[in-house]
Amino acid sequence: MTRTVPPSSEPEATSATEPKDVAPAVALRTGTSDVRTLITSNLRQSGIYVAFVVIVALFAILTDGTSLSPGNVTNIVLQYSYILILAIGMVIVIIAGHIDLSVGSVVALTGAVSAVLVIREGMPWWVGALAAIGVGLVIGAWHGFWVAYVGIPAFIVTLAGMLLFRGLTLQVLDNVSLSPFPREYGKIASGFLNGLLGGNGYDAFTLLIGAVAVAGYAVSNWRTRTARIKYQQPVESFPLFVAKIVAVGAVVMAFAWQLAHARGLPIVLIILAVLILAYGVITKRTVFGRQVYAIGGNLAAATLSGVKVRAVNFWIFVNMGFLAAIAGVVFSARSNGAQPSAGNMFELDAIAAAFIGGAAVTGGVGTVVGAMVGGLIMAVMSNGMQLMGVDQSLQSVVKGLVLLLAVAFDVYNKRRAGASR
Amino acid sequence: MDDHILQMRSITKTFPGVKALEDVNLTVRRGEIHAICGENGAGKSTLMKVLSGVYPTGSYDGEIFFDGRPVTFNGIRDSEHVGIVIIHQELALVPYLSIAENIFLGNERRGRGGLIDWNRANAEAGELLRSVGLDENPVTPVGQLGVGKQQLVEIAKALSKDVRLLILDEPTAALNDTDSAHLLGLLRRLRDRGITCIMISHKLNEITAISDNVTVIRDGRTVETLSLHAGEVTQERIIRGMVGRDLESYYPERESHPGEEVLRVEDWTVWHPTQDRKVVDSAAFTVRAGEVVGIAGLMGAGRTELAMSVFGRAYGRNISGRMFLHGREIRPRNVAEAIEAGIAYATEDRKHYGLNLIEDIRRNVSAAALGKLASKGFVNGNEEVKVAEGYRRDMNIKAPSVTSVVGKLSGGNQQKVVLSKWLYTDPEVLILDEPTRGIDVGAKYEIYTIVNRLVAAGKAVLVISSELPELLGICDRIYTLSAGRITGEVPVAQATQENLMELMTKEKEQAA
Repeated sequence: MTRTVPPSSEPEATSATEPKDVAPAVALRTGTSDVRTLITSNLRQSGIYVAFVVIVALFAILTDGTSLSPGNVTNIVLQYSYILILAIGMVIVIIAGHIDLSVGSVVALTGAVSAVLVIREGMPWWVGALAAIGVGLVIGAWHGFWVAYVGIPAFIVTLAGMLLFRGLTLQVLDNVSLSPFPREYGKIASGFLNGLLGGNGYDAFTLLIGAVAVAGYAVSNWRTRTARIKYQQPVESFPLFVAKIVAVGAVVMAFAWQLAHARGLPIVLIILAVLILAYGVITKRTVFGRQVYAIGGNLAAATLSGVKVRAVNFWIFVNMGFLAAIAGVVFSARSNGAQPSAGNMFELDAIAAAFIGGAAVTGGVGTVVGAMVGGLIMAVMSNGMQLMGVDQSLQSVVKGLVLLLAVAFDVYNKRRAGASR
Repeated sequence: MDDHILQMRSITKTFPGVKALEDVNLTVRRGEIHAICGENGAGKSTLMKVLSGVYPTGSYDGEIFFDGRPVTFNGIRDSEHVGIVIIHQELALVPYLSIAENIFLGNERRGRGGLIDWNRANAEAGELLRSVGLDENPVTPVGQLGVGKQQLVEIAKALSKDVRLLILDEPTAALNDTDSAHLLGLLRRLRDRGITCIMISHKLNEITAISDNVTVIRDGRTVETLSLHAGEVTQERIIRGMVGRDLESYYPERESHPGEEVLRVEDWTVWHPTQDRKVVDSAAFTVRAGEVVGIAGLMGAGRTELAMSVFGRAYGRNISGRMFLHGREIRPRNVAEAIEAGIAYATEDRKHYGLNLIEDIRRNVSAAALGKLASKGFVNGNEEVKVAEGYRRDMNIKAPSVTSVVGKLSGGNQQKVVLSKWLYTDPEVLILDEPTRGIDVGAKYEIYTIVNRLVAAGKAVLVISSELPELLGICDRIYTLSAGRITGEVPVAQATQENLMELMTKEKEQAA
């Protein structure tokens, strides 16, 4: 019964030994999955992408293309990056079956600590950023301790944290705003990498990075595909595979093109991209990520499968604190200071992003990419409505309805799946 | 003499794929205590659910006559309306509400303006408590009472509904001897007041002590109704009725070659996680390589608790005792360490404790041994599919692919996924808790075949089962467990259902 694990890296090295161990071509069904089965079998996931495309197109029409203009695309990235960073941590918390209501307060407190050190004490910008991250880790450990080791529901622990850290923010700031940050600190949120390679009216470097990203995407997809073929698993047909890469490549390049024609590559976008890639891999491919899904899917079964539930829960919250601190640094840099009321309601935006992105209220389901798309749906909607001059109150109504409908869609899908059992 | 309060005539109830009751007849005379006994899964509870309206008229065949009139029940309310009240084994009391609030829950004593008249409710509750011999204040929260007293509150609640036929499902299963004796005394007094009782029980000494008649059910059919008045019917006679079937030949043949001792557990004592009592008391057992060892015990005897406490202390507190694997002492402190040591435990409740139902076969198979698929913390997803695919073929899991969601599989296939998951941890000792519960005969045979393959490969297997024929069919040796104590160890050649059943009820008899 025991099977050994071949080294996962070099395809050529193991290919010679593989074939005899594998069933005679039973599972090899290359090219069977057409577009329709892909879509119907992944309705929940693809539903979000379709909704995203529809919303982007809708606002492009409603704003006569302004929403897709170079300046506005850059703006969306700068304006919503910290929500997306929070949503990465939040979706992991939600997959494990918890919730975190405190992240808005943590954003405020970490930003305040950083501001006190950099603005009031005159320390270098990186001391402020590191201190903020340190505070975030401590807060995460605090939450993790109460949730994992004392067994208090995360809703309560983080509700307490929301009040607690808001109060501490006021203490740290003595109830007043601190500003402005030195220029280097501000660059974290509103700096650009541009002009490195020149370009006439556009930034060549941004386009180059975009091209590298597309190439990286293509190569990693190709490697996954060859590995799956080697293991005789079904893969999508070759034309479809190419079409997928071309489509993604086109979107990324169009996005880079718009950025290049505005102010170049935002530094915060690089931070965000690195985080998304890293956490995408952590949730999908590591033992830790699997255990998060296992805990959320069936806590008792995970416990009886040897998952160290307490430790995993603890680290989930430490990680949330870490990401909240990064969001805190980015937000304080963007607002060029620290305010006592910073980060208000951010937790709700992050939670909404995760749920719109397909995370299940009962845990066990959700993806980082989904949460990002969910966050972007919210971002594009808010931004589009602002461009149209829609009243703030109406914006809130629309966002609320979208959240409700997204989760209703999820519940409907689940019930339909349940009925077919 | 033919004053029958209840007649159930040729009741047949089928669930998809299973005939739970077939042509069952039950006749109960007015003012008697009528016992129903049978093995776990014989259909006793199903019959009571039919009677109390949990399964509404029309979902079964047959007729029910109450007080000589045919009755139709479409829910518990209908049956309570005519005076039939059932008290389930798991008590249905709200722990945070007071005794009086529980007694009148759903049946509140209304005063003026539709508001609840608490003075009246508490006064009436006090009277009811006196009538069941419970000396407690009606405003005491139920959660503060012991199980025995809660049982009495349930009976008081039944009395408040003007009960005429009281059904008790295993009323003394969770009680100690004093509380049991008290309860049985109360049942006698209720009989003298003219209340008819149906009592489902495994405890034959209690049945012979207080019942007037006993109906034996086996495999969903009524076997016989015996009168206990003449004093000729012994416990042995009842046991013969309960188990008197031939061992069907649906157990695959196996040659037994037990090897060296693999697991030895000594002086193992486990306390209940919240209550102040021992669930397992100085248990000791061994399992050898290539051997299938059974643990037989009635519900509540501590079988699952014993197994789970051995499996990395997944149950209980204050666990004491020693464990040896291949002669070397091990002390796994948690499940991960138990798995690491080579112990696997496949739970009796696969839906709640065994599987992540929203995930696919592949993820469930790898769940307990992800480390084997990972290097530096990264899981090799392709290798995972290959492993799962291997088990899908070996175990004959009927599913279109390993990415099929486990929640949609049949019980038998789910059980095979659970087994695959534990086999992939490559255990030395495999503990199977009710491995064939709720799965059909064909799948059972496959599971037994898998067990045989495992022991042929030198694994040690410990099987917990409520079905004695199953244990007799697949085990080499059987331990009996009663009230947390090992009361016997019988080689299968000498084991019969009768002597096992005697050992399984032994402890109680001595105490009574």
